[in-house]
Amino acid sequence: MTTTTPVMAPVPMQDRATGRAGRRAASAKTKLSSPAASIIAIVIAVLWTVPTLGLLITSFRPELDIRQSGWWTFFTDPQVTLFNYNEVLYGGSTNFASLFVNSLVITLPAVVIPISLALLAAYAFAWIDFPGRNILFVAVFSLQVVPIQVTLIPLLTLYVDAGLAGSFWTIWLSHSIFALPLAIFLLHNFMKDIPASLVEAARMDGAGHVKIFFSVLLPLLTPAIAAFGVFQFLWVWNDLLVALTFAGGAPDVVPLTVRVAELAGTRGSDWYLLAPGAFIAMILPLVVFLALQRYFVRGLLAGSVKG
Amino acid sequence: MEWFLRADTVEHKLALMVFAILLFAGVMGAILFGVDRLRRVPLWVIVGGFLGPTFLLLLVGLVYPALSTIRGSFYDRNGSEFVGLDNYVTVFTEDNFQTVLLNTVLWVVLVPLVTTVFGLVYAYLVDRTRFESLAKALVFLPMAISMVGAGVIWKFVYEFRPDQPGVNQIGLLNQLLVLVGIDPQQFLLDAPSNTLYLIVVMIWIQAGFAMTVLSAAIKAIPDDIVEAARLDGVGGVQMFRYVTVPSIRPALVVVITTVAIVTLKVFDVVRTMTGGNFGTSVVANEFYTQAFRQFNFGLGAALAVLLFVLVIPIIAYNVRQLRLSEDVR
Repeated sequence: MTTTTPVMAPVPMQDRATGRAGRRAASAKTKLSSPAASIIAIVIAVLWTVPTLGLLITSFRPELDIRQSGWWTFFTDPQVTLFNYNEVLYGGSTNFASLFVNSLVITLPAVVIPISLALLAAYAFAWIDFPGRNILFVAVFSLQVVPIQVTLIPLLTLYVDAGLAGSFWTIWLSHSIFALPLAIFLLHNFMKDIPASLVEAARMDGAGHVKIFFSVLLPLLTPAIAAFGVFQFLWVWNDLLVALTFAGGAPDVVPLTVRVAELAGTRGSDWYLLAPGAFIAMILPLVVFLALQRYFVRGLLAGSVKG
Repeated sequence: MEWFLRADTVEHKLALMVFAILLFAGVMGAILFGVDRLRRVPLWVIVGGFLGPTFLLLLVGLVYPALSTIRGSFYDRNGSEFVGLDNYVTVFTEDNFQTVLLNTVLWVVLVPLVTTVFGLVYAYLVDRTRFESLAKALVFLPMAISMVGAGVIWKFVYEFRPDQPGVNQIGLLNQLLVLVGIDPQQFLLDAPSNTLYLIVVMIWIQAGFAMTVLSAAIKAIPDDIVEAARLDGVGGVQMFRYVTVPSIRPALVVVITTVAIVTLKVFDVVRTMTGGNFGTSVVANEFYTQAFRQFNFGLGAALAVLLFVLVIPIIAYNVRQLRLSEDVR
């Protein structure tokens, strides 16, 4: 479980800044700790978790038990089977194992490509002085307003005309495009916070923009990249709309989410398939999220607090 | 060519993925290498190297499609005949679309409000308590779960079994109803209350976000302000009302508007849980249905444009409030 509390001022870059705030929080912790508040908090937290727990337990119960009794009977009569997972992963009608591969194949490029592009663009906006810079930045920034729904019909037509329809390329391209405005905005915020003296010093040594980007800025930006990386990973892995639109009819391409949503519609009462299916789709994002929560929260705050 | 488009084995898919990443890295590397190597390159070449690919993608993948959709919303279902405002008239006058619009309003009002209030109260409650990190992590966790997954989780909570002897309820909520002696309900089938049960799911997902941002804002309130208020004898609810809330106003505005925008585009929850049937559809779901199930591109485009238009006042409000709070400082 996570032990780190994200102690975050809206100033994202300072890793060490947790020192002061952390000490302050720690000293305050001892002086103000109302038991009533703690109890209410724990009750709410448990209520928040029960729905997920119920489905998790269900995913391990035998099919007949699932049909005949509620998951809470598990506590009095614990029956556990791995049959459901086996059936969902390798069964002919579901075959989630291959869908897991699809989700993975979709997600990695759809995270790497937009981050790389956005890093370059953010660098140009932050550290290259060119005419029209501010106008272009505002233009890119305001593209965040465009809901992806607005782009889907014409994009699908473009993909069909280009002969890409129903392939991984459509999903990689779409996710990359949709991620760019927010990614550029976030990374630009982080990049601006790097002291100008560092960049100036490198420039004095005769380094060009490419060298400055790779050797001075990139190492300092690792936390920011991690922050947006987690964000984009969750977004792509959990996406339904883009995948359904561009790969809905291509079984070799569809990710887990599409198939789970489909199962919920067509076999909505087959909980012995639906429950483990949902958890197979959830496991990787949960692991990534728990492992990198600190970065995720930082990205969240940097993005939302500034607007 | 076929190799690049159709991958049907695991090895092939992985190879294609590696190829895509390498292709991208190669193209970007070549551009940057070229920019770097040429001596005395004009500034625009450098800028073009850094920004060119991004702008190409944004123009082809975002700007052009958006304009094309706006144009398409004035055409008929195949995009062949100009129909003026007909699609918009349909959206605003036909009965089933009225339901869709009404549902969307319900979502966009209820989800941000309840989420923010809950997130605020919860963040305030757990602030500086012993279980803070665990309590926050549990509420935060749904953020990592896809809306599809959340839909399945809650569909199970709402699961209904006919009320007959020998039939046990397997959904948690109906079991609780039966325990207190109420007949089990078809939560997802009975309009209009089913929309409310879907809204609960969205609140469950978004509360963690509200809590995290507001909690950070609460922690950023300077200690001296809190101390001064306490010396003046302010405590408990009054402290919350007169010190905490006004101090974090900008964060509150950001949370409300962010959640409102996400909610406006909600699609996955509705599609997974009811498929938009039983009077639960919302604009974003209806867009998908019209555009990609009914193949009525004109109507789909009009619904997408409607989403676009509805986002703008929310963002305008956000920007205005942020300006105001900056002026105060």
